[in-house]
Amino acid sequence: MSESGAAPLLEVAGLDVFYGDFQALFGVSMSVPGGGATALVGANGAGKTTLLRTIAGAQPAASGCVRYDGSDITAAPPHRRISRGIALVPEGRKLFPSLTVEENIQVGAVAAASDAWPLDRIYGAFPMIARRRRQRAFTLSGGEQQAVAIARALASGPALLLLDEISLGLAPLVVGELYETLGGLRSAGATLVIVEQDLRRAMDTCDHLVCLLEGRVALAGPVAGVSRDEVVAAYFGEGRS
Amino acid sequence: MFRSASAAFRNAEPPASGSVAVEVSRWNRAASVFSGASVLVVAALAAVPFVIGGPAEQPLITLLTFVAMASLWNLLAGFSGLTSFGQNAFIGVGAYALYLVAVHGVNPFAGIVLAAVAAAVVSLPVSAVVLRLSGGYFAVATLVVAAVFQIVATLSPSVGGTTGVSVPGLASYSDVLREALTYWATLIVAVASVAGVYLLVRRTFGLDARAVGSDPVAAASSGVRVGGIRLLAFVAAAGGTGAVGALIALQTLYVEPTSVFSIQYSVDMLFMVLIGGMATIEGPIVGALVLFLLQETLSAYGAWYLVIVGGLAVVATLIASRGVWGFLSERLGWSLLPVGYRVRGRAPVPPPSPDT
Amino acid sequence: MSWVNAVIQGMLLGGQYALIACGLSLAFGVMRIVNLAHGDLAVCGAYLGLVLSSVLGVPVWVTLPLLLPAAFVVGMGLQAALFGRALRHGVLAPVLVTFGLSIMIENLLQVAATSDPRGLNGGALTLASFHITGGITVSWLFLTAFLTACAVLSCLQLLLSRSSWGRKVRATADDLDTARLVGIRVRPVFATVAGIAVATAALAGVFIGTIGTFDPQAGANTLIFAFEAVVIGGIGSLWGTLAGGVALGITQVVVGEVNQAYAVLAVHLLFLAVLTVRPGGLFTSHQSAAQVRGLGGVGGVRGQGVPG
Repeated sequence: MSESGAAPLLEVAGLDVFYGDFQALFGVSMSVPGGGATALVGANGAGKTTLLRTIAGAQPAASGCVRYDGSDITAAPPHRRISRGIALVPEGRKLFPSLTVEENIQVGAVAAASDAWPLDRIYGAFPMIARRRRQRAFTLSGGEQQAVAIARALASGPALLLLDEISLGLAPLVVGELYETLGGLRSAGATLVIVEQDLRRAMDTCDHLVCLLEGRVALAGPVAGVSRDEVVAAYFGEGRS
Repeated sequence: MFRSASAAFRNAEPPASGSVAVEVSRWNRAASVFSGASVLVVAALAAVPFVIGGPAEQPLITLLTFVAMASLWNLLAGFSGLTSFGQNAFIGVGAYALYLVAVHGVNPFAGIVLAAVAAAVVSLPVSAVVLRLSGGYFAVATLVVAAVFQIVATLSPSVGGTTGVSVPGLASYSDVLREALTYWATLIVAVASVAGVYLLVRRTFGLDARAVGSDPVAAASSGVRVGGIRLLAFVAAAGGTGAVGALIALQTLYVEPTSVFSIQYSVDMLFMVLIGGMATIEGPIVGALVLFLLQETLSAYGAWYLVIVGGLAVVATLIASRGVWGFLSERLGWSLLPVGYRVRGRAPVPPPSPDT
Repeated sequence: MSWVNAVIQGMLLGGQYALIACGLSLAFGVMRIVNLAHGDLAVCGAYLGLVLSSVLGVPVWVTLPLLLPAAFVVGMGLQAALFGRALRHGVLAPVLVTFGLSIMIENLLQVAATSDPRGLNGGALTLASFHITGGITVSWLFLTAFLTACAVLSCLQLLLSRSSWGRKVRATADDLDTARLVGIRVRPVFATVAGIAVATAALAGVFIGTIGTFDPQAGANTLIFAFEAVVIGGIGSLWGTLAGGVALGITQVVVGEVNQAYAVLAVHLLFLAVLTVRPGGLFTSHQSAAQVRGLGGVGGVRGQGVPG
C-alpha cells in the first residue's frame, strides 16, 4: 500500500469532456494513489460515468490530461490503455449477448492476455459463474452478469480497475458478495476506482473519496478526513454560492 | 395528448429577468427579396412559349422536371430520412395512369392530376410494407417494389406489356400547342412541388419530420407521431412523383416499362439532392441545375457521364455532406427559403437588486 | 416427377443465392452497412475471372487462388477508403455511398467491357451432369456451386464460433462501443469482414458467370436476390441465409415450371410477404425484427447458429 509521498498511479488534470455541444466535465482533476480504493460519488448526471470512460479511453477529452503510471495516455486508444493495465467494468454491465460467459471473459483479454489472471483463477474468484461458463451471457441473473463483467475486466490483468455502478439493480446480499471479491482484489494489489450510489458502502469500502457535482469536483480527500454530512452536502450542492 | 416539438417551442415562457432576451424570427430580408424575385422568374418562365417558343422549351422542360423530382426526393430523404431508391416506381405508375386516363377519354393534361392521385393511392399499400423498415433495409425494399411494378407492367397486355403503348388523346393539338401546354404543365408541377414541400416543411411537419429523420426513437418519445409523419412524406412524395411520371408520358408520348421504370430516375434524384444539399429547399434546385448542366455537357460520353455522377455522389456524401447549397448557406449565411427559426440575442434584461 | 426435379433444382440454385448473400449478411451483421454495391462487386469478380482465365488460358477455377485474395484486398480497401468513412457521416451515408459506388462500378464495367453478355470458361465441369433417377438430372456445376456455398458457410460459421477472431467479430457486431472499450481493435475487424464479404461475392460471381451469362447491369438483380435471401432467412444467421437462398431458389424454379414469366415476380412477392409478416426472417427470433425496423434491439452474428 503506498501512502502519500509515493506518486499516484492515476492522475487526471483539468479534464474537459463534451458530448457534442454539451459539456459533461469541467476541468476535473483527480489523483488516485496506487493500491488504494477510491470512491467516485455524485448524483445522476454528475459526470461519474463520463470520467471513468474518459480514463478508459472510450471518450475523448477536449482538453486536460490523463497520466497513468507516469506517462501521458490522454491520446491513447482503449486497447493501448488496457495493455498498460487499466480496465473498466462499464455501467450496465454491457455484456455481449451473443457470446457465452467464457467467451465474454476471453474477449476481455484480447488486448492483454494476463499471466496473473488465467481463466482458472478467475473462475476461482467467481465460483457462481464457473458452472455457467458455456451459457449465453444474457441468460444469467443480474448478479451473475455483474460478476462476468468484472471477470471480463480482470482477464487483462489490470493494475487499475474501474468499476461503474456495480450494485445497480442487485439485491444487497449479492452486492455484498461482489464487494467481498473486490476486497480480495485489493489484497492482491489492484487499485480500484469505484462509482457507487450507496454512500455508506462507498465510504466503508474505500479509503479515498471524490464527489462530483454537475461535472465538477465538489469534494476530494481521504474518507477518514470527511464526515458523511460533508459528503452529502457536496453531493447535493448545498451551501454553494 | 402530446404536443409536437415545435408547438412546445412556440408556447415557451418569456425570458426571466436577468437572462438574455432573444428574438425569434422565421424570415429575413434576403428571403423577401428572393420570394419576390422568384415570382418574377416564374412569370418569366411562363411567358417563354410566347416569347421564345420551341427551342427554349425542351431544355427547360428537362430542367423543370429535374427540379420537381429533386424537391420531392428531398422531402423523403432529406427531411424525413427515408432514402428511397424506388421512386421510379411512382414515375411509372404516374405514366401508366396517365395512359389509362387518356384512353378513357379524359383530357391528358387534366389527367396529370388524376395520375398524381393514382400514384398517391398506390403508395398506401406499398407504405404498409416498406415504412416499417429503415435505413438500408428501406432502400433495398423500395428497389424491390420498383422491380415488382416493372414486372407487373411487363406482364399486363392491357397496357402493352413489354412493347408499351402510345399516349392517346393528343392528336387534336397542334405540335406547337401541345409542346407549349406540356411546358406549362411541367412548370406548374415544378412550382407546385417546390412550393408544396416548402409549405409542408415550414409547418410543424417540417420540424417533426426532421426529428424523425435523425432519431425516430427520440422523436417518438417526444410525442412526435413517427408513423404519421413518415406516411405523409411518403404519400406526398409518391403523388408528386406520379405527376412527374405523367409529365414524362406526355413529353415522350410513349409509355414502356423499361424506360418509364428506369432506375436512372432514382440515380438522378439521389445525385441532385446530394450535390445540391439535403434538407434545404434551395438545395434540390441547385442540384437540378448541376445535373442539367452535366447532362448537357457530358452525355456525349455515355457511360463515363454516369461514372462521374456516381463518383460525385460518393464524394459529396463523404466530404461535402451538406451539398453546394449547404456549403454556401453555412459560409455566407444565405437562406432564401428559410424553413427554420433564427434566434438572435438582444440586450440582457436588467436583473432586479440581488437578494442575500 | 417434374415437381421433385424442380424442388431439387431450386435447392441447388438456392446455394448460389446463399453464396452471394452471405457476404451481405456478414457485412450488415457486423458493420450495419447494407452494401448496395455488393451485387456489382460479384459481377466484378466474374469479369476479373474472365480476364484472368483468358490471359492465362485456363478454366476460371484455376484462377481462383489469384482472384479470391485480390477480391479480399479490394474489400479491405473499400472498407478503409469508403465504408469506414461513411459510417462516421451518419446513418444514411453508407446507403448513399454504396449506391453511388454501384453506379460507378456498373458504368465503369460498361465502358471497359461493353454491354455484351459474357460467359466464363468453366472447363469440363460446365457440361457434365448425372442422373439420379429417371427425370431428375443434376448438373455437376450446380451441385458444385451448392456444395461450395455450404462449405464456405461452414467455414465461416466455424471461424465465428471457435476462433478468437470470431469472438471479436461477434462482440463487435453485438456492441461496437463496448467492444472498443474492452480492447478490441475494431478497424482490423471491419477490414477483414469487408474482405471476406467481397471475396465471397467474387466467388459467387464466378459461379454465376459460369452457370449463366453476365453483363455490367447484372449487379442490380444480383443485389436484390442476395438481399432477399438475407431477409427471408434472417439477419445475422449464416445458416438462415442458406435457408433463405433455398427458399428463393425453390420458389423461382417451381413457379417457373408453371409460368416462366412469373418466376421472378413470385420471388419478389415472397420477399415482400416475409417482410410484412416476419421482418426478422423466417428462421430467427423477433430481436432481429426490431433491428430491421431500426429501433435498436439485439443485432450481431450468432456463433452457434441456433435461433433465438
